[in-house]
Amino acid sequence: MPIITIDQQEVQVEAGSTVIQAAEKVGAYVPRYCYHPGLSIAGSCRMCLVEIENMPKLAIACHTQVQEGMQVLTQSDQVTHARRAMLEFLLVDHPLDCPVCDQAGECDLQNFYMEIGQYDSRFLEDKNKAKKATVIGPHVILDQERCILCTRCTRFCEEVSQTDELGVFNRGNRSAIDLYPGRTLDNPYSGNVIDICPVGALTEREFRFQCRVWYLRQQNSICTGCSRGCNVSIHYNDSRPYKAGGKRVQRLKPRFNPEVNSWWICDEGRFGYEFIDQNRIEVPYRRVGGKLEAAAWSDVVEEVSTALKTALEKFGPQGIGIIASPQLSNEELHLIHKLFGELMGIEGIGYHNPWEPEGLHDDFLMRADKNPNRRGAEEMGFTKDSLSLLEKAASGEIKVLYIFQHNFQEEAKKLLTQVEYVIFQGSNWTDTADCCDIVIPSTTHAEEEGTFTNFEGRIQHFDQVFLPLSESKNGIEIMTLLAEHMNYEWPYFGPDDAFLEWQGKSYQELNDFGDLI
Amino acid sequence: MPIEKLVSEHFSNPEARKLAWYRSHGGYEGAGKALDEMTPQEVTDEVLHSNLRGLGGAGFPTGRKWAFVPRDTGKPIYLAVNADESEPGTFKDRYILEWDPHRLLEGIIICAYAVGIHTAYIYVRGEYVRPAEILQAAIDEAYREGVLGKRVLGQDFSLDVYLHRGAGAYICGEETGLLESLEGKKGWPRLKPPFPAVVGLFESPTVINNVETLAHLPKIMVNGSQWFAEIGCERNGGTRLFALSGSVKKPGVYELPLGSSLHELIYQHGGGILDDKALKAVIPGGASAAVLTQQETEIQLDFDSCIKAKSMLGSGAVIVMNEDVCMVKAAHNIMRFFAHESCGQCTPCREGTAWVYRILTRILEGNATPADIHYLLEIADNMSGTSICALSDGAAMSFRSYVKKFTSEFEYHIRHGKCDVNERL
Repeated sequence: MPIITIDQQEVQVEAGSTVIQAAEKVGAYVPRYCYHPGLSIAGSCRMCLVEIENMPKLAIACHTQVQEGMQVLTQSDQVTHARRAMLEFLLVDHPLDCPVCDQAGECDLQNFYMEIGQYDSRFLEDKNKAKKATVIGPHVILDQERCILCTRCTRFCEEVSQTDELGVFNRGNRSAIDLYPGRTLDNPYSGNVIDICPVGALTEREFRFQCRVWYLRQQNSICTGCSRGCNVSIHYNDSRPYKAGGKRVQRLKPRFNPEVNSWWICDEGRFGYEFIDQNRIEVPYRRVGGKLEAAAWSDVVEEVSTALKTALEKFGPQGIGIIASPQLSNEELHLIHKLFGELMGIEGIGYHNPWEPEGLHDDFLMRADKNPNRRGAEEMGFTKDSLSLLEKAASGEIKVLYIFQHNFQEEAKKLLTQVEYVIFQGSNWTDTADCCDIVIPSTTHAEEEGTFTNFEGRIQHFDQVFLPLSESKNGIEIMTLLAEHMNYEWPYFGPDDAFLEWQGKSYQELNDFGDLI
Repeated sequence: MPIEKLVSEHFSNPEARKLAWYRSHGGYEGAGKALDEMTPQEVTDEVLHSNLRGLGGAGFPTGRKWAFVPRDTGKPIYLAVNADESEPGTFKDRYILEWDPHRLLEGIIICAYAVGIHTAYIYVRGEYVRPAEILQAAIDEAYREGVLGKRVLGQDFSLDVYLHRGAGAYICGEETGLLESLEGKKGWPRLKPPFPAVVGLFESPTVINNVETLAHLPKIMVNGSQWFAEIGCERNGGTRLFALSGSVKKPGVYELPLGSSLHELIYQHGGGILDDKALKAVIPGGASAAVLTQQETEIQLDFDSCIKAKSMLGSGAVIVMNEDVCMVKAAHNIMRFFAHESCGQCTPCREGTAWVYRILTRILEGNATPADIHYLLEIADNMSGTSICALSDGAAMSFRSYVKKFTSEFEYHIRHGKCDVNERL
């Protein structure tokens, strides 16, 4: 392993690695546009020029491989001068329409210019005109004038999605990124080009003019779109509730995890966050005279715990059926198991939806199983046999049925209407919720902390992003209310307690990239 | 002393295009000798000692280039013949393709034998329709007569030669741009390293040689390296073709030993300056080369002397300008070319060439300020040594020389909005 010196700091790096990678190791961030660790090296933006001792001219850090004893300067006058020159070149034909550009605030052209740019413009000519605000796919808008031709997007479509929709056309300063004739940027991973575009050339249609990025806050989360468990950041805006009808989540961005999703997520996951702010169950309901009516938490907790207790006393544990969900966190599942299984002795605890169709899937990220925590439910010992539970409930063998989160298909309706007493706990209104006797509003994963276990058994932590919507409560709190009301011993104050009991360790002991079971 | 013609002896004789005629006048003797009597290593050594240098423009010693090619990669080795002659002012390879195609094919056989190549591609400039037709006819005839193919010249050596026509891009004459284009991609120059000798065409070791360079090989084989080296000057073996154009009485292609004087070319061969006007400036090696003022033209035409004069011999395109030529217009003309031909891949070239062209346009239109001269020089600095290939460096070297050496003409344009050259007419 060669030892090299970067800005007077010695660092040992793997042979074959590049100067830009080595610089990252010592915390020297070299500005770049075309370089992206997940793509091949283009070496064309010339922004990462650095000074290397004994080299006749500046070298690009993204392509130059380290050599024993190499002396690299990333901040010298010569380097700064070159960077300033490249930035000036890049702005020659740039429209400078930052005030109406969604990228403003997270634009590398702006960022690097603020740092080392040349503020007095020397450019007196007419700028090149090119296509603006062109829809090139279901999620992406292209602005050729803002483009700096780093070719990250074309390389993504070539190398990662392998769909080849985008290319560079023409040459010289008439060069432009565009779709190949007859193509649309509609591959299942198209949204990633928005993330990797360092400027405002490729922006998101869904996010267009929705929010200036400096109003956004972000929190680490896990995508719930399928069982892959891609690491994401939820970007939300809770400081301007009068915007976008109170919608809090503005967008999802992938978060690097080399073991799961690298830098990418699929479009289905990226744009699948609407449920967090839409069609939510905001308060508890109970059926009065055939109709669901809003009710107070205290009344609902009272009614549910009484119903459970009574059923347990009259019919024994086999009189109660529980259908948990592969969408719940490990912590919620653990406490459901604790309360209903261990404390109440119920054996019929299922979790899956017997009619669930197979989802869109491929050999890259998308999994056919669209539940984020099926593996977690399986590991926890929940039974797969929800259908027989539903049938037993319909036949009257089970008197009280407690369903979590599910949206069963039509077939379930017939069964459910025959059940004596059905409790539904979930975050969003579903056909299943509509035909239950009690509806308990729970939070989405964005409003609680927890972990999911992905399909390969990787336990991954997600943060609470914001407060629960309206009167909804997280699953831990709801189990706690019921357990306390039924006078069980209950030492859990939050998801961390449940996790500690389940895994024997704290969240802090979990690896950044998750732990395999 | 009559100047020996090494590659131009058959120019203007249409018979020379025919294989039989070429053979009856000493053709394929060099290749025959190499294949019959010499080992590949001996051929390479002979070329190395001849001081033959790459005549496409860079002047890299040909024998050394061949020696870089690794022979043990388990991959085929390719030859890419650069016939994408497009440096403004250059039209010498065209003469070889049109008048003496078999000399090129013979050179290809010699190179292929020396390096162990069995497939060669000739990348011909798209606009060269007639040269391509003539060359293809020669290739076809060579296959028919057993000069190319499974048994080259009856020997146990196979060689296939393919003609590939470009689509009209200057950048495809840059050697790695050429390789990309040959592979069917956009002609964007590659990052180096790896160099094409190691990873070239189809990810295999590749030799890239210019047409004229290869055309010199037959005679080197026949007459030996010492003979060739003695024709030229130190470290610059043999002759080369000079494409003389501009304000001269007899423009055309002239073959002179390397090291001949520029004045000899202009005044003896070119017949002197057009209309017997005063000589003002000369570009010694194509549009990318720095322009030489009249005082600088006392120069020897070889690679090293031109570098010493802070210009370059390049492709041997000598463009003469007399006192009637406006240097602002000349620079503007050249930058229009570079702005149009920049491939657009890397920032300094894509933006720099187009920016400079627009500044020069403003100066010509009378909309410039004195600061523009300073900007031009700074942009030239920023375009130098920062790009992927040499186009940016060449363009910068070129327009910087006009601005620096003829500053007063630029100032006059800026101040008066018109040309002081026309004023004098």
